[in-house]
Amino acid sequence: MPIHEKSLIRPENLVEHENLVIDGVDVSGHWSTFIESRALSDYNENMQDEIEALAGGEHISRCWQCGSCTNACTVNAINPDFNPRFWIYLIRLGMEEELVRDKDIIWQCVSCNKCTYACPRDVNPEGVMKATAHWLELKGHTKKKPSMVFDEAFSQQVFDTGKIEDGLVLRQFMKRTGQPLTQPWLVALVMGLVRRFPVFYLMRLGLATVFRPRTKGWIKARAAIHEYVEEVETANRKALGLDAKGAE
Amino acid sequence: MAGKYKKVAYYPGCALEGTGHAYNRSTKAVGKKLGLDLVEIKDWNCCGAMEVKNIDPKIQTYLSARNLSIAEKMGFETVMAPCNGCYHNLKKAEYDLAKDEGSRDVNSRLSEKAGHKTYEPGKVETIHALDWIKHSIGEEGLAERVTNSLKGLKVANYYGCMYTRPRHIFPEKDNGEGSESTSKPHFMDDLLAAAGAENVDYPLKTACCGGAHALSDCDTSTKLVLNLLTTAEACGADVIATECPTCHTGLEMHQVRAEKVLGRKTSVKILYFTQLLGMAMGLSPRTVGVHENFSDAMPLIKEKGLG
Repeated sequence: MPIHEKSLIRPENLVEHENLVIDGVDVSGHWSTFIESRALSDYNENMQDEIEALAGGEHISRCWQCGSCTNACTVNAINPDFNPRFWIYLIRLGMEEELVRDKDIIWQCVSCNKCTYACPRDVNPEGVMKATAHWLELKGHTKKKPSMVFDEAFSQQVFDTGKIEDGLVLRQFMKRTGQPLTQPWLVALVMGLVRRFPVFYLMRLGLATVFRPRTKGWIKARAAIHEYVEEVETANRKALGLDAKGAE
Repeated sequence: MAGKYKKVAYYPGCALEGTGHAYNRSTKAVGKKLGLDLVEIKDWNCCGAMEVKNIDPKIQTYLSARNLSIAEKMGFETVMAPCNGCYHNLKKAEYDLAKDEGSRDVNSRLSEKAGHKTYEPGKVETIHALDWIKHSIGEEGLAERVTNSLKGLKVANYYGCMYTRPRHIFPEKDNGEGSESTSKPHFMDDLLAAAGAENVDYPLKTACCGGAHALSDCDTSTKLVLNLLTTAEACGADVIATECPTCHTGLEMHQVRAEKVLGRKTSVKILYFTQLLGMAMGLSPRTVGVHENFSDAMPLIKEKGLG
């Protein structure tokens, strides 16, 4: 599908009649396909402001719909429904209901920044994708997606200790998303390494699970970051017109 | 160009202390062999990575700036980060602090509360391991030190996303003769060619491996990696040379996953460019940590007489 021809007509709104005569004219069959008329009354007039208030979405209003982002997009090449240009269009019009239809794929942006590289208006579409994914979750349109679960587990470690230990990130993520660690491919990957017996490397990884890597003198930074994170969360909820604290 | 960066501050980052340890080992070994001094930043912290950026970009800027502040305090003008993610984030922090008042405010506020000097943009230059070797030793200097040429080894050079995108955080790139290109990077190609490798014309140099969702959206990552692997094979490559621990581990992981889940087996090998350079200069595969890679490249290394 050419990127600029993404249609707003939903398939279920296309109607063909087997036998229909209007004013003496036969309009039956495929050649007289009708589009059901619909009236839009559910605009969210604040939608663009809400996305702008979240990190990454600041420059959405610069977009002039050239489609360079979607044209360059890594994920669009795999899934044509992944269409940043279209979503920016919907957000700017305030068509919340239309946008929510794609709530389960927007988080899949891989942050390759090809869109940001291509954008002639410095919209930062990658940032807009993150802001939109965040917005969908804050608004309660969708549960936390795996990427948010991952980002939170990862960031929590960084905020707490100043560093991350990749083994722990992996284990926490699998646990939080309810996946067993015994995925056949994961087992094959680790066994391939163990067979070659890199003793010191394995000892390092093992030790890291007991003595977690941490940055010396991190306590003050940790307190400062936690305080700031809370501030940002409160500001985000306020900008979206939500209660001070989330439901969960 | 050669002659710069003889002694730089070294920022390994978290991945190089974990799954990317082979990159850490080989970078240090190559530096030693080339007579370049690396001094690790004292008590460094995570650069913030993509994950913290997704939570809040200004915290990521602070986290990166803290490291730059320490490097400055240690008296360095240059920080070398071999990991694409770290390199990207330090660069991004530099850019945001120079251009965005909000980022500056948050950085000084957090720095003050954390009890260290606030980093001011422009004090420290961040470079990648590729810049480091290219500008300190250069191709000619490198060619003189090659004892075990990579001749006959066909290499696909893979740079990934974070090394060149978005363009605006890399003002020194696309900047006239001798500078790196953001659309068709070539520093790794240049260095490996100097070491005797035959670089194949690889069209996916800056394509994405899906590293951001290596675990959270496995199927997308596997598809993207499989595309990289099969294209490398179609180009005739024996090995994909990498310069990022996330890409490297992602390629290894999803090469296995593609075989287990999709039944698509590929046999192209994956090595860090520092491992290839090290072996070309006579270092043993063990010294450059080939045994610490998840995928086993030893049969190819033996076949090509590199170790």
